Amino acid sequence: MSSARPAPEPGYTKNEMMIAASARTLAGERICFVGVGLPNIVCNLAQRTSAPGLQLVYEAGVFGARPARLPLSIGDPTLVSGSTAVTSMFELFAFYLQAGLIDAAFLGGAQIDRFGNLNTTVIGSYASPKVRLPGSGGACEIAIHARRILVIMRQAARSFVERLDFRTSPGHSGDLAHDRSRGWSGSGPTSVVTDLGTYGFDEETGEMTLLTLHPGVSIDDVRSNTGWDPKVSGELGETPRPSDEELRIIRTELDPEGVATS
Amino acid sequence: MSKLATMRDAVAELVRDGDTVAIEGFTHLICFAAGHEIIRQRRRDLTLARMTPDVIYDQMVGAGVARKLIFSWLGNPGVGSLHAVRRRIEHADPEPLEIEEYSHFGMVCRYVAGASNLPFFPIRSYFESDIPSVNPNIKPMRSPYEGDDEVYVVPPLRPDVTIVHAQRATAQGDAQIWGLLGCQKEAAFAAERVIVVCEEIVDEDVVRRDPNRTAIPGVVVDAVVEEPFACHPSYAQGYYDRDNAFYLDWERISKDPDACAGWIDEWVYGLENHTEYVERMGERWEALRPGERLSGQVNYGDYS
Repeated sequence: MSSARPAPEPGYTKNEMMIAASARTLAGERICFVGVGLPNIVCNLAQRTSAPGLQLVYEAGVFGARPARLPLSIGDPTLVSGSTAVTSMFELFAFYLQAGLIDAAFLGGAQIDRFGNLNTTVIGSYASPKVRLPGSGGACEIAIHARRILVIMRQAARSFVERLDFRTSPGHSGDLAHDRSRGWSGSGPTSVVTDLGTYGFDEETGEMTLLTLHPGVSIDDVRSNTGWDPKVSGELGETPRPSDEELRIIRTELDPEGVATS
Repeated sequence: MSKLATMRDAVAELVRDGDTVAIEGFTHLICFAAGHEIIRQRRRDLTLARMTPDVIYDQMVGAGVARKLIFSWLGNPGVGSLHAVRRRIEHADPEPLEIEEYSHFGMVCRYVAGASNLPFFPIRSYFESDIPSVNPNIKPMRSPYEGDDEVYVVPPLRPDVTIVHAQRATAQGDAQIWGLLGCQKEAAFAAERVIVVCEEIVDEDVVRRDPNRTAIPGVVVDAVVEEPFACHPSYAQGYYDRDNAFYLDWERISKDPDACAGWIDEWVYGLENHTEYVERMGERWEALRPGERLSGQVNYGDYS
């Protein structure tokens, strides 16, 4: 299996490209369910650029967080200090998530399929797994209730798979009529940002569709790192590079030590 | 009536072989010292319940106290895997570990059902997920009011023992918590027996001045243990920071079964109690001390 990768572009890292591209997809959003790692930086960047009114919600039970440092864990004390509200986890999942208050949420996984279904449970069989992954956490309910799901993950043929080993969190089913009849408050994944490009989902079929390639990335790079023949937009474009301002905020304010971005 | 006890006595009296034990706390207020004492007293065949087993259950599973794990997210938060747990699940090394898994909301609602004396709790999770196919305790149910509205239900979780840590508590067990609340209240009310561990014992007057901050009333508490720094490497908001360096180190330690066993020998079996652990950590505490950020005060009013 080929895993050819393009040479990195000068001037910024792959993670910085992913962060900048993801932050732009949050333009105008109000309430976002945040994960740790890259999504945390993405949301904080969006708050300073594309979505100034963005409220950050953390599953640990924090609404309106203003983290003063980069949290390593989803329950860092910096999320509490200075936040709008601290809730029990019951309240967070019942009143905020299940009741439909969350506009956007970030999910990722060890495996994703062409309809945006995600596996965070096992590689191999459930009974005797080759690799035991963390499992759902809140992912399987976030996938149902957040109005739209944004995926951010590195792309490789072993993670972008034709068939998941286990479906932890549902995406689109491939049958639009079925998807519309589900009655969920969420509409499923709407964007995927990888280190190679950005994707939307086809409005008729719910299939992941390549929208832009990052600078220096070719369509062959994408094909060799995808486990199916990827659908490509008729108007395939190039992802705008991270701007100087985006890079300045990431490097000086959000991740000065380069923990998540290098 | 004072329920003050040492950690050794509280665990000896209230945690028994074969029990279902919940040491809760979501990232925050995870009582590592209680887990270590359970290891030290060589409890066996425990069913360990926690939303996020975290490093404490990796240590307990590695030390051989558990036969089963009930959880919703099995990892080292922000770092990676729990390798002692993974060895048992992936390779039955050194023996199999039974697992029963839910989602976060499913686990929370299991405690809510247990705390509320309900036979099950309905939630809108698990649709089009494979989780119910590997956990038959998660069942679909139609609404008795609107027949086409389907939910999933989860069963109550009633631990034999729940152990929660609080910033402060009275000797009677009235426990006050601030910062992340997790599901400690639900897990405590759901349990048969409850141990409250705290950073500080305070007078009843301190609690009565600020009753909104009380998470758990002494009426459901069996023992109260004063054990400063008992959450390390987890944290207590306003008292000491999460020791992220320790969580990062644990990735390397737990990957190697010998290193894992060596750590438990040195830091658990090799010490009499948590006071010795605190002394041995030495100057580490200074770096974990947060700056001050006081809350404002509110007027409860005097109605005498």
